[in-house]
Amino acid sequence: MFTAFVFYLFAAVALAGALFVVLQRNPVYSALALILTLFAVSGLFFLLNTPFIGILQILVYAGAIMVLYLFVIMLLNLSREESILRAHRLQRVVGTLLGGLLLVVVAAVAIRQAGPGAPGSVPGAAPGTAEAVGRALFSDFLFPFEMASILLLAAIVGAIVMAKEDLR
Amino acid sequence: MTITLSHYLVLAAALFVIGLVGVFIRRNAITILMCIELMLNAVNLTFIAFASHMNAVDGLIFVFFVITVAAAEVAVGLAIVIALFRNRDTVNLDELNLMRW
Amino acid sequence: MPDPNWSQALRTVAPELTLTIVALIVLVLDLVAGRGRKGALAAIAVVGTLLALGWSVSLWGERLVAYGGMVVADNYSLFFNIAFLAITVLTILLSTSYLRREEADLSEYYVLLLFCTLGMMLMAKGLDLIVIFLGLEILSISNYVLAGFLRTRLQSNESALKYFLLGSFSSAFFLYGIALIYGTTGSTNLGRIAQALQANRDPGPLFQVGMALLLVGFAFKVASVPFHMWTPDAYEGAPTPITAYMSVGPKAAAFAAFLRVFSQPLAAMQGEWAVVLWVLAALTMTVGNVVAIAQPNIKRMLAYSSIAHAGYLLVPMVASGELGTSSLLFYVLAYAFTTLGAFAVVILLSRKGEAGYEIAGYAGLGYTHPVLALAMTLFMLSLGGIPPTAGFVAKFYIFSAAVKAGYIWLTVIGVLTSAVSLYYYLRIVVLMYMREPAEESSAATLTAGPLVTLAIAAFAVLLMGLFPGSIFTLAQSSVFGL
Repeated sequence: MFTAFVFYLFAAVALAGALFVVLQRNPVYSALALILTLFAVSGLFFLLNTPFIGILQILVYAGAIMVLYLFVIMLLNLSREESILRAHRLQRVVGTLLGGLLLVVVAAVAIRQAGPGAPGSVPGAAPGTAEAVGRALFSDFLFPFEMASILLLAAIVGAIVMAKEDLR
Repeated sequence: MTITLSHYLVLAAALFVIGLVGVFIRRNAITILMCIELMLNAVNLTFIAFASHMNAVDGLIFVFFVITVAAAEVAVGLAIVIALFRNRDTVNLDELNLMRW
Repeated sequence: MPDPNWSQALRTVAPELTLTIVALIVLVLDLVAGRGRKGALAAIAVVGTLLALGWSVSLWGERLVAYGGMVVADNYSLFFNIAFLAITVLTILLSTSYLRREEADLSEYYVLLLFCTLGMMLMAKGLDLIVIFLGLEILSISNYVLAGFLRTRLQSNESALKYFLLGSFSSAFFLYGIALIYGTTGSTNLGRIAQALQANRDPGPLFQVGMALLLVGFAFKVASVPFHMWTPDAYEGAPTPITAYMSVGPKAAAFAAFLRVFSQPLAAMQGEWAVVLWVLAALTMTVGNVVAIAQPNIKRMLAYSSIAHAGYLLVPMVASGELGTSSLLFYVLAYAFTTLGAFAVVILLSRKGEAGYEIAGYAGLGYTHPVLALAMTLFMLSLGGIPPTAGFVAKFYIFSAAVKAGYIWLTVIGVLTSAVSLYYYLRIVVLMYMREPAEESSAATLTAGPLVTLAIAAFAVLLMGLFPGSIFTLAQSSVFGL
């Protein structure tokens, strides 16, 4: 019962935050709403017995990535009101319809296939600890881990190339 | 009343779709990027829900990498936005009509 | 737990390791190389790429699997990797003089180009969706920056931004698809997904939704209609050598992974997906070719042409089977050489800034630069699929694969759209030979790099057109076993 309450609380916050991100004119508010959603999703990760990823979500996403967003928004002084919804009307309608369709399909299928009896989490077992993730990361997933390091290097080089004032 | 895997999957689908619709209806590059973050978060939630359901660790590892990739993408994406802003005082995609559709 | 068979593991990814090390060397040497010495760094990049190419060739014929079944060096991946590395060498040759002219002569360009190639190679080698995804991201992130490399030019910024937003948007689809597949089969490893599917004939509709989302992700990455929205802008605004690179390399890499994912684990369900791919192929061929007709700018025309060619590459995917795969490999190679050659001419005729890209400027080229005009004619014929060029043989193979598999209507659409495409390819040939040169005619600055690319591409196009047998045999031996 308690789990259900916490789930619905976090789910409601996450959805509300997400809607705010999309419907808010001011990008600063959008970013703040996104942080709210990220925290709520992180809470769901804890609920699913994966505390390590939950903490990672807060540290990396909410902590680092969102700060970068806010920094750039303020650096570029984008906080003034954006004329929202200037996209082509057709594009708006098509996007919303496609999105709605996807939601209906996935939801229907998920409810049917996963079934009501399937437990949301397995209590007791804890694959989500830092130890479990670390072990897997440095054994079975060593190669992707190395790939991620190259990815980050490429991103660093790329970001410097794009953003630095004078490269010579 | 128990919370099942389906609950998580439907929630994730809803988050994904909200982000998806946002990408279609918004015109500000940074807001679009944030909508894409929403979509990625929905993906993470799906992965974690499945991994927890199967009691397996590889889904978590995938999320670990998705977060890494998201960080890298944001760094590069915002750098591109800054470079664009230097040349032209906008990040609004409607005002970028140098090239036709 | 280190891999017990670490020497084999290292050998499996030796070409990729070589490329990484060379990229790091270039990055570090940039600190000591003075201004105007970036040419030496380009030379190092070329040598390193050729080394990786040599490694790949030496692995030919083996089938090495490493890192817990995540990476494989089989002929299929090696065929693609050799193609990628050749594309990279030719792109670097196209780039040096261009970058100097545009005052963007920075070593980071070569570093990112090498990283991008690395991502492509790993996409072809990946046997696990996680490796394919990370390879895709290494490729994409480097590519976004390369598209925006002319930072002071608004068009380049816009190209990078649009390419970036589209790319991350499609990555989200890609990932959501992977998540649902993972949830319904319990793994992201292609082999284990295949096993799970065999054990359990009906993986359920959630799996099908996952496959559909993954398909959308791939369709974005190969710029198939209707997922091609911003590709022409991204291609047009990017630095011209990068436009050439983007329209062959990353596209081929996406196809390498696309084909592996959709034929290996899903062989059982080929029929269901063939319908979707059929529609995508037909749409892409039609729209790409029809819209290309109206383009006055050669870069944009070649961008639409590359969309159309993605449609032709989807045809052998529909056909599938051994002939489908080998004809796709042959087509990739033929298309890559032809396009790089055409872009070499475009670069030679362009001037600083965005000047010299109007198709009207090609009038009378047959008189002012007969050799360039001749080469351009060859490439246009090859793109249009006229003998005796590589493009003709490639189209012949893919259409015979489609006919053998019973897709007569798709073949008809393909042949008809090819005929349409002749209109805009041959228009350039007509302009070059039947019109007087314009007043201030395009004075080509003949630099060595693009000329070498031009020569190699022309040679390859003719060779593959006249003696396709040996290359096709190589392609046939590159079909992966299930």
